[in-house]
This record gives sequence, C-alpha cells and structure tokens, in this order.
Amino acid sequence: MSHQYNFAYLDEQSKKMIRRTMLKAIAIPGFQVPFGGREMPLPYGWGTGGIQLTAAILGKEDTLKVIDQGSDDTVNAISIKKFFKTTADIEVTESTENATIIQTRHRIPETPLKKGQIMVFQVPIPEPLQFIEPRRRETAKMHAYQEYGAMYVKLYEDIATYGRIATAFDYPVQVNQRYIMSPSPIPKYDNPKLNQSPAIHFFGAGREKRIYAVPPFTDVKSLDFEDYSFELESWNEPCSICGSTTSFLDEIITDDEGTRLFICSDTEYCQKRSQGGE
Amino acid sequence: MTGMPDKTNLPLLKVQNLSKFFGKHIGCHDINFELSPGEVIGIVGESGSGKSTLLNCIAGKTNPTNGAVYFNSSDGYIDLCMSDEALLRKIARTQTGFVTQNSRDGLRMGISAGGNIGERLMANGMRNYGQIRKIALEWLETVEIDPARIDDLPETFSGGMQQRLQIAANLVTEPKIMLMDEPTSGLDVSVQARLIDVLRKLVSRLNLSMVLVTHDLAVARLMCHRLYVMKNGKIIESGLSDQILDDPRKPYTQLLVSSVLKP
Repeated sequence: MSHQYNFAYLDEQSKKMIRRTMLKAIAIPGFQVPFGGREMPLPYGWGTGGIQLTAAILGKEDTLKVIDQGSDDTVNAISIKKFFKTTADIEVTESTENATIIQTRHRIPETPLKKGQIMVFQVPIPEPLQFIEPRRRETAKMHAYQEYGAMYVKLYEDIATYGRIATAFDYPVQVNQRYIMSPSPIPKYDNPKLNQSPAIHFFGAGREKRIYAVPPFTDVKSLDFEDYSFELESWNEPCSICGSTTSFLDEIITDDEGTRLFICSDTEYCQKRSQGGE
Repeated sequence: MTGMPDKTNLPLLKVQNLSKFFGKHIGCHDINFELSPGEVIGIVGESGSGKSTLLNCIAGKTNPTNGAVYFNSSDGYIDLCMSDEALLRKIARTQTGFVTQNSRDGLRMGISAGGNIGERLMANGMRNYGQIRKIALEWLETVEIDPARIDDLPETFSGGMQQRLQIAANLVTEPKIMLMDEPTSGLDVSVQARLIDVLRKLVSRLNLSMVLVTHDLAVARLMCHRLYVMKNGKIIESGLSDQILDDPRKPYTQLLVSSVLKP
C-alpha cells in the first residue's frame, strides 16, 4: 500500500518546511516557532502535531516507538505506529532502548534516554501563559521581554487555594535560563528528566501550529517559590506488578469495593523489569 | 488639598508640545505641563475633549504624533515617546501605575485579590510566597479592604472595592507616578467619597505624584493641587484648583463649573 503515499505520508516540501522550523526551534530552546501545519488524516487533539514532526524526521533506518500515557498498546499508540508502518515501512518497537524516535503523549519513558534518540511530544496547548493572559499578541511580548511574573501568579493561586503548588501536569519550566515553556501535559514527575537530557526533545502542536524544542544537555528548571519548592509526586506502595519504587504509578480501581492497586504507567519498563527480575 | 508639593526637586514628568491626531481628528494638541514630586494635577473637561488620549500618550499606551514626554527615571530624563517598548513596559511595571476607569481592564478577574496585588511584585522578581502574601495583606488593609478576602476573586467585590484593589495592585511596587483615568466614575457618591479618602491618605503618606483625568469637578477639587481644563484637544485654562473652580476665566470653564449639580 505504501506506493500510494509519499514516504511517511507527507510530501517532501512539507517535510522540508517542518525540518527547517525544527532547526530554528533547536536554535532557540523553548521558543515556540510557528509553522505551516498540514491537515493530517486524524482529528486535532489526537497527535497531529507530533505526527507531522515524526513524519518530517523519519528515515528508512529509523525505529519508531509510540506511547500514549506511558502505554505502548493503547488505541492512539497502535494507530500511529500502524500509520507509519503503512506509509513508511519502518521498524516499530516497544523497547525504549532500541527506538531512535519516540513519539509520546503525556509521558517520558522511565528507561533513561540516550544520546541520538529523539523524543516527539504531542502538545495540545503550547502557550504556558494562556491561562493567565489569553491575548496571543500580549503573551508573545511577555516572552520577548521575559516578563514572566504572570506565570508565577498561577503558582501563587495554587498555594493560596490548596496550600501547595497543586499543578501536577503541564508544570511550567524555564529552558536554558530564558524561555518559559509548557512541557506538554507530562506529569511533573517527568520534568526532571528533561533537564540535561542527552536526547533531543521536540514538541509539536498541530492545532496551534507551533514547534518548540529542548536540545540535548540543556538546563530545564521547573518554576517554584523560594519557600514552596518544586516537589515530585510520591506513592506509599511500589508497583504491584514489577515492584518498582522509582517509577510513575497509575492507580487502578479493580472492583466496586474500592480495592485499588498501583502499577507502572510505563508498560514497557514494567514488563522488562518483571520479566528480567523474576 | 493635601499638603504642598515639593518644589525643590526636579519635575518627575515634563510634557512638551504633545499632539495626537487620529487622521483628520484631533486627539490632543500642543499640550505642555510639568508634574513635580508629590503633586496631584487634574485634567478636566467634557467627554471627548482628549483627556484620556493625553493620559494614554503619557502612559505609553498610544504613540503620540508629535512632542515629547520626559520622565525623570533613575537614569535621568527619558523621552517616553522615543523609547523602545521593552523600556516602556519596564517603566510601566515599576515606576508608573495606571488605574483604569473600568476595573475589569486593570485587574485579572479570574485571579484572587492577593494574586492581583502580587503580580507586580512577582513581575519584578520576588519569588518568596510568604513575603508576597504579607505585602498583599498589608496593602489590602491600606486600601481598606478586609484582609480576610485576600483569596476571593475580584468579581465578588463591589465596584468601589475593585477600584481600591486596582489602586493597591498598582501601588505595591511604590511607583513614582500614578496615572488615573476617571477612577471614580461609575461609583455612587458615598463609595466615591471613600475612594477619594483612601487616595488622599496615600498621597500624603507616600508623597505620591498623580495625573488624574476626571470629568467630575468635585473630585478634582478634593484631590488636585492644579487643574488643566481641556476642550477640543487643547488646554484652554490652567492654574491652582481653587482658583480655577472659584474664579474661572474662560467662558467654557465657567460653563463647566456652573453645570455641576448641587443638591
């Protein structure tokens, strides 16, 4: 079927345009670069941004991993993998280690990333200041002049309302001591993985038509107050499948009596551990 | 009047030959005045006389067609009309305050009162929650809002409280100049009186300088040291408040003064 489409679905001109935008994004870490987002054969909100970036950088030798909320086998992950298998005939994998490109929705894998790997995030809302300041013209100026007081207002409101910084996902970060960036809705648990990461991280927002990036070995700092510092979530019990105490856990309710268990959100990591460890 | 202005210092603001045209229409034309530290000047006139245009030019919100606005910053006089936007915005969040007629334009309605006051502090680099909170509480008290309402949204406040909150949110970084665009209109008389009371206290306590645009001559008399009367974009008469209001010389000013309703 692949002969009906250009390699990886998008035409070469579009891919070139996206790659140029990505280079610009790499050059200005954390800055949202507009690009001519194309219509993709799936609805906005299902990963049109991420898919375009993946299509633009995919080569014949690449091995692709796609995760959705840490899982390799949900509908979104499977469909996107199938899409690229069909249109580009490339290798797909569930192994974080073997993948050269990892497209992700809402997680960074637990297995540490390596030099040469590329993370592609699907981003719904690229503008971290949007909730405070809805005018795009104004937020562009706030970024340009580094007026980031308003971002702290959001954290202030959290503490005033909940007594702590209650933002648990899409936790704003400052990249390379300059731009404030939304790390897409990853849990704040994953924020430290962005800091000085050896991999490249690309963020693609399809509906908003923005691309931004964190180059390898770049400082990524989660915002906080002097007296209310950035904290990670923690769980009282280990993963009930692999026993990990250092991984991000999902809570699963198993019956109507309120019985619940905690398991790793990263399925590949969990599987690898339970097969290798026991 | 609230104490005599300090004349020993250099003027904070020098407006020179300021003009703003909107196509064929005159916004304001050939405006000249100076503002000294601790002085409150009023700009009065009917609707459409160019008062707000003038204020927006001074605040850097509108780019004037002609003329200059010299601001006495810590680095000497700066012409605000020739400065780049980055500097203008820096001055606007540290050294000047702007109180709008409609508090919705000056406040973030979805953010608590404390957050609104804290924003300017955080914009200027304060990163200590406890400290921000403490200062916000003090300012709420200063503008006579119950500190217990620090976490309430401004939407739940009355019009007068919103206006006082807006003033607190501007004064928290202790700006040199407050620019006020009809701060009392839309409020009923008793609420107006309280707002004026708070403002007068602040002016005398902080030695504030203020440019107050109003069409309400009663407010002008209570607040301002000097008055400028505007008509069709030009200043037609200026002088001490009492002098203008008690002994107006120009027919237009006489008309304006005589048209004030008396109960």
